[in-house]
Amino acid sequence: MNHWLTAPILIPLLGGILQALMGYAPITLRRTLALATTVLILVSAIVLLVLANDGSYRIYAFGNWQPPFGIVLVLDRLAALMLIMTSVLALFCHLYAIGGADEGNRQFHALFLFQLMGLNIAFLTGDLFNLFVAFEVLLIASYGLLMHGGGTIRTVPGLHYVVLNLIGSAIFLISVGMIYSVTGTLNMADLAVKVPQVTGESLNIVKAGGMMLLVVFGLKAAILPLCFWLPRAYSKATAPVAALFAVMTKVGIYAILRVYPLVFGDEAGELANLGMDWLFPIALATLAMGVIGALGSGSLKTLVAWQVIISVGTLLAPISLGSEAGLSAALFYMLSTTWTVGGLFLVSELIANQRGSAKDRIITAPRMHNRTFLSVLFLIGAVAAAGLPPLSGFIGKLLILQSVEPGFEMAWLWSVLLVGSFLTIIAYSRAGSIVFWRTVDGHLEKPDPLNGRISVAAGALTALAIVLVVFAGPITRYTDATAEQLHNNNAYIEILQMPMVGEDD
Amino acid sequence: MELVYALVIGALTASGVYLLLRARTFPVVVGLTLLSYGVNLFLFSTGRLATGKQPIIGTAESYADPLPQALVLTAIVIGFAMTAFVVVMSLRNLADNEDDHVDGKQPYKSPAPEQEDEEVTGK
Repeated sequence: MNHWLTAPILIPLLGGILQALMGYAPITLRRTLALATTVLILVSAIVLLVLANDGSYRIYAFGNWQPPFGIVLVLDRLAALMLIMTSVLALFCHLYAIGGADEGNRQFHALFLFQLMGLNIAFLTGDLFNLFVAFEVLLIASYGLLMHGGGTIRTVPGLHYVVLNLIGSAIFLISVGMIYSVTGTLNMADLAVKVPQVTGESLNIVKAGGMMLLVVFGLKAAILPLCFWLPRAYSKATAPVAALFAVMTKVGIYAILRVYPLVFGDEAGELANLGMDWLFPIALATLAMGVIGALGSGSLKTLVAWQVIISVGTLLAPISLGSEAGLSAALFYMLSTTWTVGGLFLVSELIANQRGSAKDRIITAPRMHNRTFLSVLFLIGAVAAAGLPPLSGFIGKLLILQSVEPGFEMAWLWSVLLVGSFLTIIAYSRAGSIVFWRTVDGHLEKPDPLNGRISVAAGALTALAIVLVVFAGPITRYTDATAEQLHNNNAYIEILQMPMVGEDD
Repeated sequence: MELVYALVIGALTASGVYLLLRARTFPVVVGLTLLSYGVNLFLFSTGRLATGKQPIIGTAESYADPLPQALVLTAIVIGFAMTAFVVVMSLRNLADNEDDHVDGKQPYKSPAPEQEDEEVTGK
């Protein structure tokens, strides 16, 4: 039992409730408290990272019920890594939002904090049904955030997003029910024990449940047949919201990483590596689809939204192959791509504000204001996203390429990833050269000057690509250890035997 | 009992999926509701169907599994809130676009493309 594990959930919960109650307080007070809450979440995530770095599992059992009877929170290296990734991204998004994007909706900060709470529950939970609840919490908040910002352009993408995710929730419940009806448990560690023992007719029920679960996680992660909602929704969302949503697809990937190697891993008997043979070709197709979308996008935000799909494909390909090196590479690339895509969304919004009526569309327009600063930020973001040296995207992709063993899969992964990266570079250079270099004569009204908070937030988030390169050594050591821990299911199962707090403590 | 129960779930889910594929928001909302009814009944049955059993282990030879009932309760609460939200979204869609089509407008009577698609090539 470790009570620190509840901190990343309780802090945004209490902060969010406070925000919801003080909707009419002065905006500076609300902003200060909201940002302080996000900073506290980051602090708690750092504490948990330090705790998790010793490689052992820590649990928090609600109500002191011994798992599998009660709900548990489980902290390991993977969960801590996801918490850090989310809270760093959230801090910069929040800072950007405080620069003016939070106006017009009194509950913006409450929704933002509840969104973080949902994400943190999803990363920490050790129970399949609790994962469903976490998904719902983060989705409810995200529905509100997606609609934030006035105007009518978000209505239709928002409606599609809500309906799709409601159908996803229904399928999640069906698959959870199927798995429960056979195994009689939803605790992930207990499932890892029970699923290999399933035999006979029940096997097909668990198999169907497992595959339907993959569909749900695939919908959250936006893999190929289920990804067409994403570009419209993300490109229409307000910049800090879109940047925070860069982590939403990673929740789906995290869920795949958490459930499949553990419950349907190598030791799962007849259900071993369920669905992973499907995932590899689908991941490559997602990558190709994302590249085609990026090449055809008409605005910077749409381009970045397709980059989200490209990174999902790039991440899932090594994950589906399941090697330790591949997992480690994918985790490094996940850090890099999430922060870079978040930064690019913020930079696109800054560019849009400086170009008058041309907004962020990739068309010729009169010369924009603050061109040097913004073009440098876009260059850093684009180089990191496309995977050119020397920034972090290059290291991530290189690690992924290295992790594949020679053979059939290697040929496919290398060709799709390398050709895809090349075409992504074309997409970015085309967008950048049209937006920044091809100017026509004309006069733009002087826009609002760049205020400190939003430029610092966008600049710092983009510059994390450089920080990741500087600390690439320690980070890859951490991701290596995470991949090793993920492969060792026996240690995870031991949380079932962990002692609870006794009455004499 | 099992057959009737399964048929009810099947009918609810099939009608729900059919309605979800309609082009107007109202049938879609009704479809979502029917689908969630089907799902809730299905979840309830995962503890096996039984009548007159106690939900406590050890007091009788066989018992009714209480966990699916708790899961269904959670699912009902979440589904209820979500349905309310999707109704509001549909009304907002109707108000914003003066049309209850799920894409905001019917595809065949829309000569004006989205503003974004006007000019995307750099000259």
